[in-house]
Parts: sequence; C-alpha cells; structure tokens
Amino acid sequence: MSDVSLKEAYIDKTRRDFLKKAGAGVTTLALASGVTLMAYPEPALARKQEEMVDPSQRWGLLIDVNKCTEDCDACVTACSVENGWKLDGNPAVDAQWIRKLKIKNPRSGHEQTFPVMCQHCAKPPCVDVCPTGASFKRADGIVLVDKHICIGCRYCMMACPYKARSFVHEPLEEQKSHAPRGKGTVESCTLCVHRVDRGDKPACVEKCASDGHGALIFGDLNDDNSEISKRIATYATKQIRADLGLDTGVRYQNL
Amino acid sequence: MAKQRITYSQIGTGTGFYSVLALLGAFIAAGAAAFLYVEHHGHIVTGMTNQIVWGIPHVFAIFLIVAASGALNVASIGSVFNKTAYKPLSRMSGVLAMALLAGGLAVLLLDLGRPDRMIVAITTYNFKSIFAWNIILYSGFMAIVGAYLYVQMAKGLDKYKKPMGIAAFIWRLALTTGTGSIFGWLVARQGYDAAIMAPLFIAMSLSFGMACFILVVKYTGKATERPLGTQMTWRMGRLMGVMAAAVLYFTTVRHLGNLYAAEHADVEQFILFGGNVYSKLFWIGQVLIGGIVPLALVFTPHRGESSSRVTLAALLIILGGFAQLYVIIVGGQAFPLIMFPGMEVSSSFQDGVVGTYVPSLPEFALGLGGVAIAMLITVFATMTFKLLPKDISDAALDPHLAAKAK
Repeated sequence: MSDVSLKEAYIDKTRRDFLKKAGAGVTTLALASGVTLMAYPEPALARKQEEMVDPSQRWGLLIDVNKCTEDCDACVTACSVENGWKLDGNPAVDAQWIRKLKIKNPRSGHEQTFPVMCQHCAKPPCVDVCPTGASFKRADGIVLVDKHICIGCRYCMMACPYKARSFVHEPLEEQKSHAPRGKGTVESCTLCVHRVDRGDKPACVEKCASDGHGALIFGDLNDDNSEISKRIATYATKQIRADLGLDTGVRYQNL
Repeated sequence: MAKQRITYSQIGTGTGFYSVLALLGAFIAAGAAAFLYVEHHGHIVTGMTNQIVWGIPHVFAIFLIVAASGALNVASIGSVFNKTAYKPLSRMSGVLAMALLAGGLAVLLLDLGRPDRMIVAITTYNFKSIFAWNIILYSGFMAIVGAYLYVQMAKGLDKYKKPMGIAAFIWRLALTTGTGSIFGWLVARQGYDAAIMAPLFIAMSLSFGMACFILVVKYTGKATERPLGTQMTWRMGRLMGVMAAAVLYFTTVRHLGNLYAAEHADVEQFILFGGNVYSKLFWIGQVLIGGIVPLALVFTPHRGESSSRVTLAALLIILGGFAQLYVIIVGGQAFPLIMFPGMEVSSSFQDGVVGTYVPSLPEFALGLGGVAIAMLITVFATMTFKLLPKDISDAALDPHLAAKAK
C-alpha cells in the first residue's frame, strides 16, 4: 500500500473512531469537580472498521441547472441543518459550505441559478498548497479538511478557484457531532461524508429530491452503471473552470 | 597598501538605549495584546473575511521576510563579490537579516487561526506545498546566516567566509523565489498566477532590505557617535536605487504581460485604473513615492557633503514597499474570482463583488509588533556582540572612498 493510501486509511479510521464515540450514547460520571469519567457503549458502525475507503469509487454530483429554480434554496438549508453551520447576517465572514449562484449573460439577459460547493477535484489545488496536509483527498475522491492538523493559514482559500472554503471567524456553539468544526480552521462541503459512509446520499441531494426537483444526482463516477455515470455519458455536462484541468467531481448539466 | 585592521565593538548601554528598548517593548506589548485579543475572539475582530483572507498582518510579515533577504546584500557584496568597503559592515548585515526574518515570521505565525498548533506547522509537512517549502527555506536561512555570522566572528575561520557567503547568497535567492511563488503559483486567481512574481520578489527584497540596512546602520552610527561615511552611504544608496529600478522594471513587465491577455484585462483595469484605494496606492504609493522620487533622489547630481537624500530615499522605498505589498496581497484578493468569464455573477457569498477590507487596530498592532521584534533583536545583538566596527567612516571602511570624497 502506498504512503498516501496508508495515510488516507489511517485518517479514515481515526475519523470513524471519532464518529463512533461522538455518535454513541455516552455515559458520564463526575468523579470530582472538573474530572469526568466517560464510558462509551459499542455503537452501531456506519461502516465496518476493517472496510477501508474504496479507491475504486469516485463520488460525485451532477447538477441539472434546468431543474434548479431561482426561489428555492432547499439544498443550502438542508446542508446548514445537517452540518450545523448557519448564516448569521454577516455574509463576509459567515461560513457557507454551499451557496446558490446566479449568473446572467449581460448580452441576452438570460439568467441561471444553481448551487456551488466544494467541487471535489481529482487534482485539488487546496490539497497541493496546504502546508501541513490538513487538506486531503480521500481515496474515494472526497476532499476534506482534517480539523486536527489545520493551522488556519487560509492558503487553501487563496488557492481554491471556486471560493468553496470558509474560515471559522468566531467561537462555535451547538456543533453536530458528525460534522466537527473549529474556530480558526478552514472548512467546506464534505459531501456529507458521514452519510455517504453509511450508504446514504448527501443531505442536499436528498432534500432536492424530496422537494420534487431532483436537480442533484449523487453517485459513483467510476461505476458505469450508476445513474450519474449514465447521465454524464448521455448528456453534455460541464465542469466549472474546466480550463484549469482539475477534473472536478461535481458536474453541471444544461449550464 | 597595508591591510587595515578593523576593530569591532558593542554599542553602549546609556539612557538613550534604554529609552529605545522601552519604546520597542511597548510596541511588542501592544502586538502581544492584539494577538491575545484575536486569539480569544477569533478573526471576526479583524477586517479579514472569507474573501480577503490575508490582510495587514501579511503585508507586514511579507515585507519583513522579503527585506530580511535583502538586508543580507551588504554581506554578500563583501564576501561573494569581494568589495572591500562592504566587508566591515557584513556582520551587521547578517544580524539584521536574521532579526527581520524573526519579526516577519512572528507576525505570520501569530496571525494563524490556530497559532497554538505551531508545532504542527513545523513537524507535519506536505512537501508539495510551496508554503511548506518556505518553512524549510526560512529555517535554513536562519541556520546558514547564523553559521555565516559565526565564521565571520570566530578566530581562524577566515577560509570559510567565502563558501558560507556563497551558500547564504544562493539560499536567500531561493527564499525570495519561494516567497514570490506563494502568490505566483496561485493558478486560480487572476491577480496572481504569474511566474514573474519570483524575480519581482527578489528585486523587492534587494531594494527593501537595502533601504532597511541603510537606515539601521545610519541611525546606529549616529546614536553611538561613529557616523557612517557619507561616500559609503551614497554608494549603498545608489545600489538601492538600482534595485528600486529593477522593482519598477519587473512591475512594468508583469502588468504589460497581463494587459496583453484579454482574460486579465478586468483585473488590470481594477488595479491600475479602478480609481480605488489599490490604484491610488499603486501609482502614488509604489510608483511615485516608492520608485520615481527615490530614484531621482539618489541618481541626480549631488555635492557629496551630506547623505540625507539617501536616508529620505530609503524611507520612501520602505513606504512604497508597504504600498506595493498591500496592492499585491489585498488588491489581488479584493478582485472577485472569475468562475464564469463574461457573465455577471451574484450570490449570498459575495461572488462577483469587489471585496471590502477595513484593517482593524489589532492587525496594525500585530504588524508593528513584528517590526519592533526585529528592531529589538538588532539592538540586543549589537549591545551583546561585536558587530559594528568602532569606526565606520569612509576612511576606515575603504581609503579609496575617502580619497574620492576629497
């Protein structure tokens, strides 16, 4: 196993261990002031520990811009609720893992709206520039930030062509145990990795479908029989800033 | 002619020095308070945002880091290029280089979102990151310049001076190439993404570092009653002028190259002709105050009896340098990322909008604290070690210089 995949496997295991503990019902016993004994019952695993991330998979999203309506931001809300970030009235500093973008052709006046989030590049510039390796790509293509190694230098934010990353400017409250965040570190869309690992779809995809739009399709880009691969094989799709050659995991149809 | 013997001495410890130390200490205390304030409340109390992620602290940090490499000019000219008059000043040159780098790194590290993880930054490397290379380049610079200083000051190590000087010279070029490439290799941003950033930063380092060195040695000489020779000051001033001209040259080529490419027209329009703070700082700050005026000051004929024009030129080059770095660092981020060329873009995340940045007091305090750290290290070092010759007049540095003055 190469060093990279070993590291990815390690990170994945560490993360799963953390999720195990965080997700479990925790029994605590206060021994003395400030000293607490915690007991963790064996939790139900999202994925068996011996199962590594499958490098033959490449998770991706296909966004059909024609099905995305201007007045709907269900995907944004679903992500916010799922991952515990929220807009606090200060768009310059509030975290936004996913946002609705509106583009207008100044000649024709034609407008389109669609969500933009981390594009989960195969060759992510954020991973290249990160001095500590906190920005990393899992073997299955999901680009993440290891909040334990991130030093908050923000170089990845300078390097990302999609403005997909946010820096946590303030102390946090009410975090979700499955989506740990940290003041002074950088974060972005995780493709709801905690849901993907237990076989579910990302929250944005699920919400868009349940609202009847079905503009977002999630799946394995490496599996020729997956719906996303079939759609990409049948219809013309685009990558944002394809000129950079980053091979994004998020593709757009009818853009 | 017989070789002149140079004797070095520490600088005095009179009341004047303690006042200087107290002043520097006050700035460092303010910087420390700013650090703790931001560390406690988060970067929300600064002017930095998700669009302008690097601000005033980075302007100060990069100025100091770049100037550090340039402060080594005098040592390099002495030992690598064998210019006699520069040799007696080369210890001071090495110390100032290390001090400026320490000040710059302090600002850079204390502005991190998680400064408590400094140990992670120096123990966990992603070797593909130019930032990680810089951490190695900075540490190496300290080690090499430290060793270079040692061989200059220790007895019987003369034969190592030149090889160490050459090593330090090569390393400093690598260091500034690395610093420039932090920006030059950002392919996603229209304001950066240019390989010319590396030589531009080398030219900046030579110019800013020379300016800092001239001011520090001139002031130290004045305060310790061993005035720096007028001819020597002019000689260093003209060298600084050549470097400042090189900065203008690389700046011109960079912008002309961008203007030629239609895809960069908008960012060039924004920086050069936007009528905003960046275009004003560019034309008035960098080009006029930091370029044309200092060049005129050092290259127009002078009668030679005073070198105050060189001092003024050095001050202006430093001011222009800060303006230039502000335009590069903040201006380059303020211009919105172009994801859809030719389209009008809007969102709740300020897409398509020029970023606004209002620097806060703590950011300035942190930056100035870094400058104070650099100066404090320099003062302490000159008080502790024999760094400056007892006599730095033209006659003592190089008899040819004194002869020229007559």
